[in-house]
Amino acid sequence: MSDIAVSRHPLWWLHPAAVPKRLRGWVIPALLLLLWWAAFRFNWSDSALLVPISKVWQTAERLSSSGELWTALYASLRRDLAGFAIGTLVGLLVGAALGLSRLLEGLVGPTLNTLKQISLFAWIPLISMWFGLGDAAKVAFLSLAAFFPVVLNTFEGIRSVPPELIEAARVFGYRRDQILRRVVLPAALPSIFTGVYLALIYAWLATLGAEYLLTSGAGIGNLLTDGREHFWMDYVLLGIVIVGLVGFALNWIASRFEARLLRWRGHSTAQF
Amino acid sequence: MSTATISLPAVPEPATSSTPAVHRNWRLPWRQLGRLLLALPVPLAILAFWQAAAVYEWVPAQILPSPSAVAATFVDLLRSGELQSNLLISFWRVLWGFLAGAGAGLLLGVGMGLSPLVKDYLYPSFKTFAQVPALGWLPLLMMLVGIDEALKIVLIAKASLVPVTLNTYKGLQGVPTRYIEVAKVYGFSRWQLLRKVVLPAAFPPIWNGVRYGLTHAWLALVAVELLASSEGLGFLIVYGRQLYQLDVVLAAVVVVGAVGLLLDLALAQVEKYLLRWRRDAF
Repeated sequence: MSDIAVSRHPLWWLHPAAVPKRLRGWVIPALLLLLWWAAFRFNWSDSALLVPISKVWQTAERLSSSGELWTALYASLRRDLAGFAIGTLVGLLVGAALGLSRLLEGLVGPTLNTLKQISLFAWIPLISMWFGLGDAAKVAFLSLAAFFPVVLNTFEGIRSVPPELIEAARVFGYRRDQILRRVVLPAALPSIFTGVYLALIYAWLATLGAEYLLTSGAGIGNLLTDGREHFWMDYVLLGIVIVGLVGFALNWIASRFEARLLRWRGHSTAQF
Repeated sequence: MSTATISLPAVPEPATSSTPAVHRNWRLPWRQLGRLLLALPVPLAILAFWQAAAVYEWVPAQILPSPSAVAATFVDLLRSGELQSNLLISFWRVLWGFLAGAGAGLLLGVGMGLSPLVKDYLYPSFKTFAQVPALGWLPLLMMLVGIDEALKIVLIAKASLVPVTLNTYKGLQGVPTRYIEVAKVYGFSRWQLLRKVVLPAAFPPIWNGVRYGLTHAWLALVAVELLASSEGLGFLIVYGRQLYQLDVVLAAVVVVGAVGLLLDLALAQVEKYLLRWRRDAF
């Protein structure tokens, strides 16, 4: 810290640059926690909304030992992944078909693009009419949420394969399936993966929406709804933490997977 | 056309330069018409099938009202002014929420993008905050601010804040160092550097963030109106659903899609206008 010019000032330690670089990110969370703790410790408010941190922890322990938390998490994750898998699979197939055939693109592309504009959650009332309020409706909705980003990015990925690559492959006498497998697929893969990645994020968002709106069965969304309806702040805060952690974990898995899948690309872009 | 050529005496031969333009003017509509003709069969087939399903009662009208019933309901809703008033309410919510969220996002993104110190302090907290989707914050917000207008504005603002902030920050970070070095060699002042180099270079990703922000704002609006509202397009959908009037639901869904499309098109037009200087490069 000796290299900081402001250090001679009596209040030098108040300067933002006085905090070591690695600790800077922790300052705001620490201040918030302190504020939370102080609000409780000094009785700034006796609102039912102000629960101590320890109570959130106790609730977490209670719900996890009773299994309630795990049931909810399992139910949410299962439908999230089921919807994601169906939506992604159909999206990949449709996206690839549209990308490879100009005729199909002309026929179906505009319709898909129009349907895409309908805000995702607006489908829920319709889906609930057609599929009820159970898991079938939720999975159908999640598939829809995952479908659109995958279709678009698969299509874009295939269409943006440089024509020179395909010409070069033709010169080398590649057959059609060889061109697809060795040229088009690898070139389109990064974009396809972006779509799958987005689908994962959207599916998780949609899981919450589906559980709020199609209130039946267990799930993290139902945990949050319960907490809100009964004014249990500890439930709500716990739910938010779990939603964040699951989102984080899904992101992390996807980025690991992507790094592995795209290993052959090397790190050329990172070097600049 | 002719006035332009007259006012530009520098153009060497107006006759030769105008022939390909005319040629193109003749050809363009045909291609678009062809595309339109190709795009029509699928929606028409869906509509025809849908109408047939309703007419021959393959499915009960309560589950799937015919397209003509939906159209009639749409006209009714328009005539009574119900659609317009709800649309207007939704529109203002999105506008205010989006302006608040995108404004704050631009500030945050610029702050983090230009100052490493600000970035060190805020970025980890921001990332954590962004990890929970807007819908995850909804129950907490309902408890804190109630279910009035404030809830909708805050939620929409949150939904648009995250993409705008991230894209602004990444856009500013992504400005190639070479550009900045060149500008420094030319003796640009700090302000000139920002105005003439950093901003134009970072603009496309920032604008992308704004577009995502608006899309997310619209998404959040519909979600929050479905969950907690007594007015707006989302409410119209819930209302129709509760009364088992799927024609109302479908009419409102069509409007939701149309507005989403219009918003996207409007922003694409603005982008074209703002980036008109870029066309010269290609």
